[in-house]
Amino acid sequence: MARIVGVDLPKNKRGFVALTYIYGVGRTTAKEILDKAGVDEFKKVNEWTDEEIARIRQVIQDYKVEGQLRSEVQMNIKRLIDIGCYRGLRHRKGLPVRGQRTRTNARTRKGRRKTIAGKKKAVGKK
Amino acid sequence: MARSLKKGVYVYWKLLKKVEALNHARKKQVIKTWSRASTIVPEFVGHTFAVHNGNKFIPVYITENMVGHRLGEFAPTRTYRGHAGHRKEQKAAAAKKK
Repeated sequence: MARIVGVDLPKNKRGFVALTYIYGVGRTTAKEILDKAGVDEFKKVNEWTDEEIARIRQVIQDYKVEGQLRSEVQMNIKRLIDIGCYRGLRHRKGLPVRGQRTRTNARTRKGRRKTIAGKKKAVGKK
Repeated sequence: MARSLKKGVYVYWKLLKKVEALNHARKKQVIKTWSRASTIVPEFVGHTFAVHNGNKFIPVYITENMVGHRLGEFAPTRTYRGHAGHRKEQKAAAAKKK
């Protein structure tokens, strides 16, 4: 079991996949890290030696991951909100920021549908 | 696609001239402008612009954080007053604005 930068410990997975469980590490970065640490990227996590884990920890120091990265993203959003620009307003309202349509879809930003009680359809009349 | 670096950022040249004149004279004055597409450059910091939103001029005070954005980003063109039947929310929103 390997614990790297705080929380993450998936085993039984190949190294480059396991590392993507870290926030801010995708496949490309994962491969880069393993390459720099001199660990075979297909080696599974439970086959890592303590020494290899130490080297991976060392390499990952140079990357902005997890909490640090999260707070950076939050800071960027906060900046947009504070200066009162259009993107900030959209963040404030929880609506899509990059000009997507909101007539339909946009559920990722808006959350679950809130049904608005509309007019009841008159039966028989149209 | 991003604008070519060779050209530099887009600022309406008349606007830039006005700001430079003000900076030179060390004066502060509200500058009326329709040029929403102009990028905010460091020279603008501390000035107030009246940016047209298609209807009115919205006063925008430029701070350091705004550099690199466009003037239009700070003068919203649309008014959303909420949907019918949302009176309560509407009132709350109006109160917040004040």
